[in-house]
Amino acid sequence: MALTDLTACEMRQAVLERRLSAREAADACLAAIHRLDTKVKAFLSVAPENARRRAAEIDRRLAAGENVGLLAGIPVAVKDNMCTADGQPTTCASRILGNWRAPYDAHVVQRLTAEGAVIVGKTNLDEFAMGSSTENSAYGATRNPWALDRVPGGSSGGSAAAVAARMVPIALGSDTGGSIRQPAALCGVVGMKPTYGRVSRYGLVAFASSLDQIGPFGRTVADAALLLQATAGHDPRDSTSVPKPVPDYLASLEDPVLPLKIGVPREFFGEGLDPEVGKRVREALAVYERLGARLVEIALPHSTDYAIATYYIVATSEASSNLARYDGVHYGYRSSDHTDMIDMYMRSRAQGFGDEVKRRIMLGTYALSSGYYDAYYKKALAVRRLIRRDFEQAFQEVDCIMGPTSPTPAFCMGERTADPLSMYLSDVYTVSANLAAIAGISIPCGFTAAGLPVGLQIITDVFSEDRLLRIARMYEREADWAQQAPPLAKEAV
Amino acid sequence: MSAARLLPTIGLEVHMHLKTRTKMFCACKVEYDVRPNSNVCPVCLGMPGVLPVMNRKAVELAVRMALALDCTIPDFAKWDRKHYYYPDLPKNYQISEYDQPLGAKGHLDVETSNGPRRIGIIRVHLEEDAGKLMHAEGRGNYSVVDLNRTGTPLLEIVSEPDVHSAEEARVYAETLRQLAVYLGVGDCNMQLGQMRCEPNISLRIAADAQGRPQYTPISEIKNLNSFRSVERAVDFEIARHREEYEADPENYTLEKQGKSTRGWRDDEGTSFLQRSKEEAHDYRYFPEPDLVPFVPNRQWVDDMRKTVPELPEKRRRRFIADYGLPEYDAGVLTAERTVADFYEAVAGLVNDAKAASNWMMQDVMRVMNERKIAITELPLRPPSLAELITLVKHGAINRNTGAEVFNKMLATGKSAGQIVQEEGLVQTSDESEIEAIVDKVLAANARIAEDYRGGKKAAFGRLMGESMKASGGKANPQVVKAILTRKLGG
Amino acid sequence: MALSAKEVLKVGTLSRIRLTGEEVEKFSLQLSAILEYVDKLRELDTRGVEPLAHALALHNVLRDDEPHAGLTTDQALGGAPESDGDFFRVPRVLDEGASA
Repeated sequence: MALTDLTACEMRQAVLERRLSAREAADACLAAIHRLDTKVKAFLSVAPENARRRAAEIDRRLAAGENVGLLAGIPVAVKDNMCTADGQPTTCASRILGNWRAPYDAHVVQRLTAEGAVIVGKTNLDEFAMGSSTENSAYGATRNPWALDRVPGGSSGGSAAAVAARMVPIALGSDTGGSIRQPAALCGVVGMKPTYGRVSRYGLVAFASSLDQIGPFGRTVADAALLLQATAGHDPRDSTSVPKPVPDYLASLEDPVLPLKIGVPREFFGEGLDPEVGKRVREALAVYERLGARLVEIALPHSTDYAIATYYIVATSEASSNLARYDGVHYGYRSSDHTDMIDMYMRSRAQGFGDEVKRRIMLGTYALSSGYYDAYYKKALAVRRLIRRDFEQAFQEVDCIMGPTSPTPAFCMGERTADPLSMYLSDVYTVSANLAAIAGISIPCGFTAAGLPVGLQIITDVFSEDRLLRIARMYEREADWAQQAPPLAKEAV
Repeated sequence: MSAARLLPTIGLEVHMHLKTRTKMFCACKVEYDVRPNSNVCPVCLGMPGVLPVMNRKAVELAVRMALALDCTIPDFAKWDRKHYYYPDLPKNYQISEYDQPLGAKGHLDVETSNGPRRIGIIRVHLEEDAGKLMHAEGRGNYSVVDLNRTGTPLLEIVSEPDVHSAEEARVYAETLRQLAVYLGVGDCNMQLGQMRCEPNISLRIAADAQGRPQYTPISEIKNLNSFRSVERAVDFEIARHREEYEADPENYTLEKQGKSTRGWRDDEGTSFLQRSKEEAHDYRYFPEPDLVPFVPNRQWVDDMRKTVPELPEKRRRRFIADYGLPEYDAGVLTAERTVADFYEAVAGLVNDAKAASNWMMQDVMRVMNERKIAITELPLRPPSLAELITLVKHGAINRNTGAEVFNKMLATGKSAGQIVQEEGLVQTSDESEIEAIVDKVLAANARIAEDYRGGKKAAFGRLMGESMKASGGKANPQVVKAILTRKLGG
Repeated sequence: MALSAKEVLKVGTLSRIRLTGEEVEKFSLQLSAILEYVDKLRELDTRGVEPLAHALALHNVLRDDEPHAGLTTDQALGGAPESDGDFFRVPRVLDEGASA
């Protein structure tokens, strides 16, 4: 068994027990990246020198008997929309940031460092986190490690693929409409979106401010819990960061949640759901029943089509505002063929942004513009409240909600790029959790006949990540899909 | 159309920098005249990934000013984003308050040459300032940007269109400034850009068939750097609107032409068009998702209300009524809160408002002006001054000696009592001693005495001066005067 | 809700994104399709439903008025496409002072 087959928890244990050095762990991951990433293209930037230096420092401190933190020497990847001041670029997979180097670290990056993690590189994403396939990256698409002609999902496709291909055991992603959960499902790993406000957004390049959250990827639920533990908590630099204490997620992980009432929304099993995905998810629900849980059919009347419509107004409106700053004036890319100031803005942004980003900026600008604000933006916010109420009502009846994370398994590269709307519908089961600010996780629950991973989504109410993880762990104990590695990760070292 | 029926209708938008140490949404210092781009951080530079956090002190100062303007503080106020693209606005949006500001419906009372007037205040709200865009002198065909000012807390005060003349506009702005300084809310130095005043001017035309008032188009004037410019610009605009209206009464209306923005050229004394109605910005306001609302609790608002000191106008009237001070003196003493506080402390201790006032105006403020210092920097506290005034009142020393002792107190830090004792300055009121001195003086100045008896009244003063001098300044002037008068027979 | 070429150009300008003729056509089609989709929100009766602008019921997050060191001028200008050591440089803007 290769070092890279160890989970983060196993690696941590080995490092703390001095059976494994941080340096060895880092080297193993860097070698895996070197071997596999030409095919997977999960990374936009790899920092071997930084990583080895950090690892050596951790080993030194361990030898001196110091406490090095929760993530003791574990190699970690960070989605490239989080600022790192370590010399690596922060590109958001866009050309518009040019060669910009962030002069500050994101809060979560500071947390990783404080807890002894070794950041090995920055991962690929859809440009500015806008997309569901990572095909919108200005630097090329990432491949699904299970099938290289298919997408890994998005927008955190790079982080999901890096973990699935066992290049790193854990990685950070961001989720605005499903951008952690959906790629986790498509890549057969665990991916979680915490409650809005659980993890600081300071240093996360904003896409949609009221929806964005940073969350963990891991091959196991425990690994995701470990990474969440290290990064969650209040940050005074983020006014939307909630000052609630962080529970010990790992301590309670093995306690099943029983009795357990599971809400199964009929809207999540309607038209558009791939039959094989539906089957795998129902099999997973049957496992919960065997464990003593009760399935209850519920209705979330505003959670699918209306949620997508709401999301594509709210998120694009906020995005059009958040991306207004990219203008070639103070940092980033500036055109060289402009004639005057306004032309400079127009050309820099036209040349620097990809099509999907342009579409969303224009949609958002339109929705906020004079004469349309009430019909679009204000209306969408009212529907957002209806969506929230759906969940509030549901959680009075059930402890959690389950369904498929994605309506289909990984689709082929290029399959949906010509029709933006068809791409948007990939998020149909995930966007409502972002709009309602609640927590959600995707865990692997099997494969299709073609060998493509399928994900089960579990959603719980606000600030209940501990219960969410325990519920996820209940299934994982019965069916540990994480043991299976994609063929390319098993290739001879 | 009679010119008299065209009533100038003016509303003013005033922006003032709040007196905080740091910016509105980040911990960079607010400083003036420092190296360009030296008080900046990722947040105020609008870098990717940054987030704003509200400055507590800015909110307190804003609410204090709103309360002083008699505004209602709502139960809920929120932040909004106001979008426009400009190189001095790094995020290309300004965080401001759009439809739910932190103060509304107040007023400011001002004194004009036509008597007192009450100007309504529509709203008071907080926002962040932008940076500075300048033309690069002699450095080619480009402009330069300094972002030090970006993020400075700005209080915007919008008045009702209750102002009806250029003078009133100026007085309104000056009174607002005085109030802000008085409250410690802002220094409002227009030359440093700490206060900006933008009048919105139109003329009210006679009412239409339904009795609703009609207006000429509104012009908003920007780039006014002094109170005098405000007055001049408003005068200019009133005249310009009048001219335009009289040339084309049919079309020169608010309905047809809306609002325009004009710049002011102070050296020429003229305004010029910058932006017409058609080019008006679509700011695409929406609630700021990175900031949470401000929900002031009623107890806190009441506590804030208590921190609003007695306002200058009210205090001035009280000084006249209660202390019997003349208008001029009351005005001088209430212009600054710290001076007024000092005065009241002294007056209370000596129990003599007039004496306290004289000493403040003649001695204390003279030294302040000479040394160009604030009263808080004066090495003298009210009890010390009160002691000195009491010594003079009770005749221990005379007024002239008192002035000398005052200077010595400032120089040495010793108390009045100490100095008088150490230097043996106690004045003498001994009649026989003084009479002896007066006799000597009269003998030595017989001719002057003759002049006085001959009708030259001014000669008395000279003889007084000689007598005081002969006594080494220590004789009680009242006694000298009485004796001298007696000796001169009249 | 179809978006005409003229409207797309207007939105493009409002967004400060220069669009070629081809892009105007392409985006016009794509944005129209998306707007048509989002128009389904009209099916919902939202009278009396308060818009949900803030994700959390959090209020009054305030910071003490204490200065902290920020960036040096070099750091601030370090990423600038054009600077002269003290200032950011941009093409000449005609109405300086309009920002005041």
